[in-house]
Amino acid sequence: MPRRDDIESILLIGSGPIVIGQACEFDYSGTQACRVLSEEGFRVVLANSNPATIMTDPAMADRTYIEPLDPEVLTAIIERERPDALLPTLGGQTALNLTVELVDRGVLDRYGVEVIGANPEAIRTAEDRDRFKSAMEEIGLEVPRSGFAHSLDEAMAIAAGIGFPVMVRPSFILGGAGTGIAGDAEALRRLAAEGLAASPVGQVLVEQSIAGWKEYELEVMRDGADNCVVVCSIENLDPMGVHTGDSITVAPAQTLSDLEYQAMRDDAFACLRRVGVETGGSNVQFAVDPSTGRRMIIEMNPRVSRSSALASKATGFPIAKIAARLAVGYRLDEITNDITRATPASFEPTIDYVVTKIPRWAFEKLPGSGGVLGTRMQSVGEVMALGRTFCESLQKAVRSLEQGRSGLNGDPAELDLDRLDDEALLARVAVARPDRIFAVECAVRRGLGVGRVAELTGIDPWFLDQIGRISTERLELAALAARSGGGAGALEALGRSGLRRAKRLGFSDVQLAYLLGSEEHEVRAARVAAGVRATFKAVDTCGAEFEAFTPYHYGTYEDEDEVRPGAGRTVVILGSGPNRIGQGIEFDYCCVHASMALRAAGYETVMVNCNPETVSTDYDISDRLYFEPLTAEDVANIIEVERRRVLDGGELVGVVVALGGQTPLGLAGSLPPELVLGTSPASIDLAEDRERWNALCSSLGIAQPPGGTATTSTEALAVAEGVGYPVLLRPSYVLGGRAMEIVYDAAGVERVMTALAARGTDLGPAVGSAEPGSPVAGDGRVARPVLVDRFLEDAIEVDVDALRDRDGEVLIGGVMEHVEEAGVHSGDSACALPPQSLSAEVVAELERQTGALADALEVCGVLNVQFAVKEGRPYVLEANPRASRTLPFVAKATGVPLAMVAARITVGDSLDDLRREGLLRADAIGRVPPPSYVSVKEAVLPFDRFPGVDILLGPEMRSTGEVMGVDETFGLAFAKSQMAAGTRLPGSGTVFLSLADRDKPGGTAVARQLAQLGFGLAATRGTAELLRRQGIDVQTVVAKVGEEAAGADAVELIAGGKVQMVVNTPRGRGSRTDGAHIRAAAVAHRVPCLTTIAAARAAVGGMAEWAARPLAVRSIQERHQSPRESPSGLPPSGGDRG
Amino acid sequence: MTRSPLDPPPTRQPGLLVLADGEVFEGECAGAAAPGGVATGELVFNTTMSGYQEVLTDPSYAGQVIAFTYPHIGSYGTNPIDDESSRAWCRGVVVRDLVETPSNWRSTEPLEPWLVRQGVPALTGVDTRRLTRHLRDAGALPCAFGTAGEEALWSAARREPGTDGQDLVSGVTTAQPYRRGDGALRIVAYDFGVKEAMLRDLAGMGTVIVVPASTPAHDALALDPDGVFLSNGPGDPAALEGPVAAVAELVGRVPIFGICLGHQVLATALGATTYKLPFGHHGANHPVAHLDTGRVEVTSQNHNYAVALGAAGGVEVTHRNLNDGVVEGLRVATAAASSVQYHPEAAPGPHDARYLFGHFRRAMQAGVGSASH
Repeated sequence: MPRRDDIESILLIGSGPIVIGQACEFDYSGTQACRVLSEEGFRVVLANSNPATIMTDPAMADRTYIEPLDPEVLTAIIERERPDALLPTLGGQTALNLTVELVDRGVLDRYGVEVIGANPEAIRTAEDRDRFKSAMEEIGLEVPRSGFAHSLDEAMAIAAGIGFPVMVRPSFILGGAGTGIAGDAEALRRLAAEGLAASPVGQVLVEQSIAGWKEYELEVMRDGADNCVVVCSIENLDPMGVHTGDSITVAPAQTLSDLEYQAMRDDAFACLRRVGVETGGSNVQFAVDPSTGRRMIIEMNPRVSRSSALASKATGFPIAKIAARLAVGYRLDEITNDITRATPASFEPTIDYVVTKIPRWAFEKLPGSGGVLGTRMQSVGEVMALGRTFCESLQKAVRSLEQGRSGLNGDPAELDLDRLDDEALLARVAVARPDRIFAVECAVRRGLGVGRVAELTGIDPWFLDQIGRISTERLELAALAARSGGGAGALEALGRSGLRRAKRLGFSDVQLAYLLGSEEHEVRAARVAAGVRATFKAVDTCGAEFEAFTPYHYGTYEDEDEVRPGAGRTVVILGSGPNRIGQGIEFDYCCVHASMALRAAGYETVMVNCNPETVSTDYDISDRLYFEPLTAEDVANIIEVERRRVLDGGELVGVVVALGGQTPLGLAGSLPPELVLGTSPASIDLAEDRERWNALCSSLGIAQPPGGTATTSTEALAVAEGVGYPVLLRPSYVLGGRAMEIVYDAAGVERVMTALAARGTDLGPAVGSAEPGSPVAGDGRVARPVLVDRFLEDAIEVDVDALRDRDGEVLIGGVMEHVEEAGVHSGDSACALPPQSLSAEVVAELERQTGALADALEVCGVLNVQFAVKEGRPYVLEANPRASRTLPFVAKATGVPLAMVAARITVGDSLDDLRREGLLRADAIGRVPPPSYVSVKEAVLPFDRFPGVDILLGPEMRSTGEVMGVDETFGLAFAKSQMAAGTRLPGSGTVFLSLADRDKPGGTAVARQLAQLGFGLAATRGTAELLRRQGIDVQTVVAKVGEEAAGADAVELIAGGKVQMVVNTPRGRGSRTDGAHIRAAAVAHRVPCLTTIAAARAAVGGMAEWAARPLAVRSIQERHQSPRESPSGLPPSGGDRG
Repeated sequence: MTRSPLDPPPTRQPGLLVLADGEVFEGECAGAAAPGGVATGELVFNTTMSGYQEVLTDPSYAGQVIAFTYPHIGSYGTNPIDDESSRAWCRGVVVRDLVETPSNWRSTEPLEPWLVRQGVPALTGVDTRRLTRHLRDAGALPCAFGTAGEEALWSAARREPGTDGQDLVSGVTTAQPYRRGDGALRIVAYDFGVKEAMLRDLAGMGTVIVVPASTPAHDALALDPDGVFLSNGPGDPAALEGPVAAVAELVGRVPIFGICLGHQVLATALGATTYKLPFGHHGANHPVAHLDTGRVEVTSQNHNYAVALGAAGGVEVTHRNLNDGVVEGLRVATAAASSVQYHPEAAPGPHDARYLFGHFRRAMQAGVGSASH
């Protein structure tokens, strides 16, 4: 069956913002699908609200709608574009759920749109647990005993039948939100209530708990002729009970004999056929009883998933790409394996290495979240590492995490565990937390017994025995160091065979230096002298049976390199590592753009990254991909092999460090200086070094908030007294506002300083340093200096992205005005482009100062500057000579590919060259002409995952992703951005207001406008009295939470569905209790909750316009064609902003 | 039986693997001690990630040294159930990492003591990927490995004859006929090195009388079979004149089904020839098109030789390898004879082609002349 000719245009739905459980793996799959469908000659219409994705690049589809992923919006897109087909299987659970909704609403029938890839019936069978369970029983597959409950009473009755413990899972929910294990009736009541609320259909599954069983996944593909293949088997190191997205996982399966593996494969195919997945990739999960081998099927996803992205990267088999081809009619045997170019895709990859994935969490940013892993996914990112043995891949994965660890212990950070007694250590082993694997190694090393650790953890002894090999090796290394006096003597005693053995178990040079009492560079020198150097193997889907053409490499310690020599001019791009809060998909976008732009300009590009979710680690994106940890040692190995491979006429031009966030920037110092492209490491340091940066600003006459640095409470208090309260405190050299706080008095300063001193090095390594953080000083000093700055209250925060070329020409890419006032981390704040309330003069001044800073820092490439504007006067907060989080947003808003331009500048092209070439529009001189429409970026926060965490925004960044709303006015764009972020602003009903005193004046205006729009108002007593005095009618006075006899309290109102929106602004630290309850209730019941008056003002403005105008959608291709305003005539303000 | 992870690693002696073309690989000796520190055989690689016990006990590997491409071999141990014959027939094993501490609920013995019991020498710690890439280009090669020095090993490798022209079947076939199963259909199975999984499948359909490879056609017919099965086996099919002659006589008189070497014997009996593939097919992931249905089967494969139909009359190709176009199945409909080059019985490998045993059953039920598939 070749390509279908009866369809011409295909609508592809993306997965929206990055949230926990649905991350950039869907940008990877969606991008592949877009490319394949375009190659096949289809007209591709794409809908996705996430501007930081590669898939929403204007070149990826014929029409790209950066619009909210909402059934009404999609209906409008379908109405406008009239696609023949809809492909829902590449945009995660979001796309699948929306498709079901569109089917149910009759939209697809009405416009004659065919669902391809998975039919709605199959989606329902897989997603509805009741149907799935009976379907599996029908084909003789065992499933855990269970029942479906639509109420608490039903849940209790089912549990009584099965017996505790039971697992609770809400239906139609991605990533296990609202899922958990209940050991008793009380826990069940709590979980079931949460689950019933979380499930869009109000249904939960109450199921026999099989926590502790082994967990497996098979990634399976099926084509229209019923050919089925397993792409990859995955074995979870953590047992059932820890969500697979939060488990360390290993590919291929390690502890199944062929008999057992083939039986599981048969079950997976039977499941696929019964569910009715016609074509595409699916993920089937199994649980296996470790003592009997009894097997149960747990669930299946009839779509491309996080695991399939992992499987694609683990094997080299591009599942999404092939799924897209299958959906348009091809069969597996009609598709060529593009790694071998000689064999068809209708085979099962075999691999000759071991792959380990480790998730990365962000609990430190979410106080109150508990930090214990369970059936609900909580990680925000992941790393993958390849090695020839499990030990090697595990240790590589650990150092890929960038959490200051150089491997599985054997580094200074292990001392914390070494200090624990056996009992305390085993207690750490027994609880699944992010760092449990280190405690496991420590326990095995102490000889506490593999059997005992296996029993406490449910981790298969195979993995523990392998970890034991690392332990044994490290004990031997320590013994050898003791015998030989350490240092050079130890290295000599170790010799070639010892070094080779340790490296083959994955030990890093940093670990070896620590264990042998030596230095990293000495270890490297010794092993290079002994001929023990990294070799790079290829990922080829076939265990070397056929020649591979796709250069996808990983490092290991073997005999031969497989990197093909060449005579190209090569540029290495260092990626951004695992997604984390503060460093996510935006930087991957920039790296991918750099690769695309440099390839187009004739360079050979080399990508280095360890994040399996990303587009950058697609082997198609660059000329060579090294799937390697981003550490000084691993990068040096790559530089070495890249130099070795260069033939006459070729050249290793350099390394791009400025586009992957802080990770590559932190490695710049370890690179040969002549290889660092773009802005020099010295300039990067200048921007980070507080003293020199202050001097620079004052020499340029650029104002900064007054401040200083401190290492003790006394020093901090002195600075604070000098500059006046409130002050902003933050440790130097950390990312994403980590541990930043605003305090209003001396007590606050002391509290924060004490907390920072106690925290020691848990903030991870200082950015810019390859070494782990220095140990805590014992005298109450903090581990690194704290910056103490006057906090400018009620200031408007502004981000400016700019480029500067080698000739000194500066181009302002975009000026973004934040919606939330300064003090909310820029990554968590909504922002608008072009600015909405700043005068043209202020904007011009911001642009001037940005240019002056770019010149002074001798930027060659990209620069982001953050300002606070107070009473019309700009204060510079910080400048970073690297790609910012906002760069992709600015590119989508303006249509100018800033990251591509930046990449070209770093290799020496001038802006003038690029304008001539057409990469940059000809009128982009001085600034990119601001568009006539408004784009709003809104942050997406993970609070629904962490019920105990307060949702108040602050200086510490907590958002996982972002969305973009675009429309003719600020109000409409803002309303769209809220809708895209999952907050559908109400059109009618009651709004509950609870305002801090300082917000009451602004709140009055908001309340008045709401009343004019016909909303009912509810307010706490104080707020109500104030509003009534202003002549605004408040229908409901709300009692304080828990206050008896004063009528319903806010939580009851929210829970009872009597309130459609909440405006709750915090009253500082003192009043957390009431406000926190209100906000928690709003999150639990999915009621929009605005926590700043600025956001409330913007929202009400949007609601007013939304009410007056019909929903209109437009593709970005059309928007980018629209005429620009002249720079002097900024568009009129759309919102009611003061 | 299992080592504690904190025991010092067993002190293994360093060893070398030397190929007949002089290529040298470093490793450490494991498994059974090779006499004189030299183990020899024809070196082939196998790409299956699971199923090492089945592979090691497959008689088709007689005379060969097996290099596994998957690095960890031994992870789930060994058990008494997964053997494909009474013992290991291969001459040696080369791996990247021989796992000493297995884990699986069915495991009764780690792989290394099992290898010692079976008399199979091993070399571990080898860059098996470099080895595979070398064999991919150089073809299957005689080799020698062990503790003897490089020179001694190289000369042993050069002396090693390889499998060309070798009748290795006579070394692995049963000496006496024996019976399996008790169903109504009577199946005579020629044992060229038969795997247990085939006998299990056949015994599920009827009474199987396993006969030595040298059994003449009239002796087979004297057993009054409803069908004749031709098993897999080791070595060069061109060296099997006796079995080929017997099968030539049987064709048209009784339904025939052959697998692997059995396929090559049937094809030769029908007038086709065989040739040696550069490095053979050894793995569990080869795509094969079933030409009747257009469906693709992921198959288990283990062969160094392949069939060239040439002038063989009346023979229809039923299956082809999608990687390299090799004839994977054939049929003479009028004679109710068919065969496949790959392993529908799996063990190890996917079960996609199990239906072929059903076809054979139907052919036996219908008898010759029905022209059924």
